[in-house]
Amino acid sequence: MKLELRDITKRFPGVIANDSVNLEVNSGEVVALLGENGAGKSTLMNILYGLYTADEGEVLIDGAPVHFDDPGDAIEAGLGMVHQHFMLVPVFDLTENVILGVEPTSAGGRLDMGEARERVAEISARYGLDVDPSAIVENLPVGVQQRVEIIKVLFREAEIIIFDEPTAVLTPQEVSEFFEIIRGLKENGKGIIFITHKLGEVLTIADRITVLRRGRVAGEADPKTTTRQELSEMMVGRPVQLVVDKGPPSPGEVVLEVTDLAVADDRGHGSVAGVSFQVRAGEIVGIAGVQGNGQTELVEAITGLRHPVSGRIRIGGADYTGASPRQIHNSGVAHIPEDRQDDGLVLDFDLVENMILDGYYDEPYSRGLSIDWDHSRDVAERLVEQFDVRTPSVDVTAGHLSGGNQQKLIVAREFARDTKLVIAAQPTRGVDVGSIEYIHSQIVEERDSGSAVLIVSSELDEVTALADRILVMCRGRIVAEADPKITTHAQLGLYMAGETAPPEVRP
Amino acid sequence: MTETPPTEAPPEETPPDLIPPEEETETATRPHGSLMERMAPANIDWRSVVLIPLLAVLLGLAIGALIILVTEGPGEIAPAYGALFSGSLGGIRSIADTLFSATPLILAGLSVALGFKAGLFNIGAEGQMVVGGTFAVLVGFTVTGLPAIIHLPLALIAGVIGGALWGAVPGYLRARTGAHEVITTIMLNFVAAQGLAYMLRQPWMLPEGRIDPISKPIEASARLPRILTWLPIENSGGIRLHLGFLIAIAAAFFLYWLLFKSTLGFEFRAVGSNPKAAAYAGMSVTGATVLSMAIAGGLAGLAGANETLGLLGSASNGFAAGLGFDAIAVALLGRSHPVGVVLAGLLFGGLRAGGRAMQVRSEVGIDLIVIIQALVIIFIAAPELVRSVFRVRGGRKTGQVTRGWSA
Repeated sequence: MKLELRDITKRFPGVIANDSVNLEVNSGEVVALLGENGAGKSTLMNILYGLYTADEGEVLIDGAPVHFDDPGDAIEAGLGMVHQHFMLVPVFDLTENVILGVEPTSAGGRLDMGEARERVAEISARYGLDVDPSAIVENLPVGVQQRVEIIKVLFREAEIIIFDEPTAVLTPQEVSEFFEIIRGLKENGKGIIFITHKLGEVLTIADRITVLRRGRVAGEADPKTTTRQELSEMMVGRPVQLVVDKGPPSPGEVVLEVTDLAVADDRGHGSVAGVSFQVRAGEIVGIAGVQGNGQTELVEAITGLRHPVSGRIRIGGADYTGASPRQIHNSGVAHIPEDRQDDGLVLDFDLVENMILDGYYDEPYSRGLSIDWDHSRDVAERLVEQFDVRTPSVDVTAGHLSGGNQQKLIVAREFARDTKLVIAAQPTRGVDVGSIEYIHSQIVEERDSGSAVLIVSSELDEVTALADRILVMCRGRIVAEADPKITTHAQLGLYMAGETAPPEVRP
Repeated sequence: MTETPPTEAPPEETPPDLIPPEEETETATRPHGSLMERMAPANIDWRSVVLIPLLAVLLGLAIGALIILVTEGPGEIAPAYGALFSGSLGGIRSIADTLFSATPLILAGLSVALGFKAGLFNIGAEGQMVVGGTFAVLVGFTVTGLPAIIHLPLALIAGVIGGALWGAVPGYLRARTGAHEVITTIMLNFVAAQGLAYMLRQPWMLPEGRIDPISKPIEASARLPRILTWLPIENSGGIRLHLGFLIAIAAAFFLYWLLFKSTLGFEFRAVGSNPKAAAYAGMSVTGATVLSMAIAGGLAGLAGANETLGLLGSASNGFAAGLGFDAIAVALLGRSHPVGVVLAGLLFGGLRAGGRAMQVRSEVGIDLIVIIQALVIIFIAAPELVRSVFRVRGGRKTGQVTRGWSA
């Protein structure tokens, strides 16, 4: 099967989302659609999937023009979409989720679960998906939930499968397993469209690359010959610094000292099991590890959002074990939370309100009981300018900003104060290349101005690029300390999987 | 779930480059589905705040006319709506009656609106009114010999305290145990009503030698004075509009300041909009929940005191009956904004005042007003319906699906 998009143009009031975009996918190949947030990737796919109607241009299957009024038509024609946010019923089992909407029935309209389970098992075996057709979906890890979505698409006999940012929610291991699945699909003759903004992934998995920028095709590339530098320039439209530019650290006195810290998660299970480390002024310490190995709870304990079970947390020499988030904030700690939309911002609030979110109660943002909105607004406007938050005004709500700008908003709020300790969890997750570059440079600047910096990231590239020292966490413990200049990703990967470091490099 | 925005309706104010017109996967806002978010929008789109309620009222009146047409015949529509209009707006006496009827609705509506802003669905305004009104009456008849300038404020404050206590309880239960305020406030409504019924069987509560369940009358010094008796028109002493109306307007100003100018209101709104971010920012979610419910209860208690100190001069069973639910309607119609609540309260007050006139002067009963109010609320809750009837473009494509009580 051959799918072609020809000269697709889609206008929204005041903006051209797609401008004469061409794209072609054949059975048995993986085409990557690369672009920053807002480049028009999702609009294009929504047109293809029958959710939008193109203003101009046409969709052809095997050379014949087709028209989709809704996703049903697209599925009928052999298209399938795996969305980034899964559309599963958590309390249903895997097979029940797969057959939703296309339930096989036997005589008299009875649901034929037996047949359905057989077909799911067969699909699972053929594509090496390795799932239990009767497992309850909410009990499955994210990577397996994604496979349920893939089975849904295969169950509906899709020939061309669209993946929308499929790796955003996966751990590094899950990503490599996922790539195996993609290769299996390809070998079985499926055509794949892979939407992403991650350069490494397209180079690994794609047969061809199409780059979108501001609604236009900025270029096409062959993954065998192109480089990350070339791709990122195509994406952003200017040369991009992929390596973090930083000098050697000059560590000073200890700012953060964590001793024998144990923290329990929401269910009361110990997720940080006796962790000790120090972060000095003027250095960046990176905590690497597969997500879910206690990093989240560790950060929550240090920032006061979670009470530790035992152990000590000292900041600037004073004991802050079990202190409130506000006390810790007031001690000069900047905190970039792991989930900016859930924790870092109130999406319904405008930028002024978000800018004063954790400092509203005191000078200079308020006097007595009243907030000084005029002054707050001035500060917000200045910081938006200074930290390059792209917005038409400070009056729009934070929910209207792109992921990168939302993150820069948080960076502006947290870094504008006098800080002595910066704690940044997943500081660039889901953020476009241009913003990553900016946020990294700001973090390095914080270090150089004398703050102690603790970075937690599940992206190895980020940890190795930023950190002066790496601590690897696995199952709630620090299993190794590594020097990013001399440690390979492969070695770090082993530590992350739980292998302890040889004694001479342990902390 | 898939966002399937209508093809023609991305927001017009979309600036280029900034807002991707598509739902970009990781940049897009979360689905704004919950009832709470629609009823207490943190930032206001004036088209949906002014136009939709207005059109909803028009649509409600139009369907009301249809009902008259079917039940009473075409000849009754004009006299009924004529009486509705003249009874609410036709002259000083009617307008005063509208303001009088609007007063408790505004005060209790502000109570519900504050709850919405803080992410809480206060269905308990009625119970808080009962407790507040009863506290006010107790101070009104037990304390004697004080001048009005002291006695009246004392009775009003008692009303506020009573309501605040009754509101703080579900707030505390929500914050500490997670018990949902919708359930607890409804139950506390029954407790308040039956508690009052019990008190009204106690001899010390009743006038000497009486057994009917009406409390002792309050001292004259605790009464809310009528404010239009000076008008140079016939029988101006019969105009029931009293000081309570001005108190309600002052309360609206207070709530506006609290929500949008004060640090406390900033906390309430942040907790209401995203409790996790509020906790991250160092706010006490527990404290904000208890305090916002207490202040909401205080406003409802003031509404109760307004009834007992203004209209009745005593406490009796059911003096707040139905007002708590009308208050929810007023808060919804006013989009939980203090100005909107005042306007919505005036509208419903006008419908009540006009409805009484309609009942007297035409064949159509005041029940029609209840139907119209209900219809208006349905249209407010389903803005897409109104948009499609009147072909209003744009607005928020989000917020069509009611998914739960709160976010």
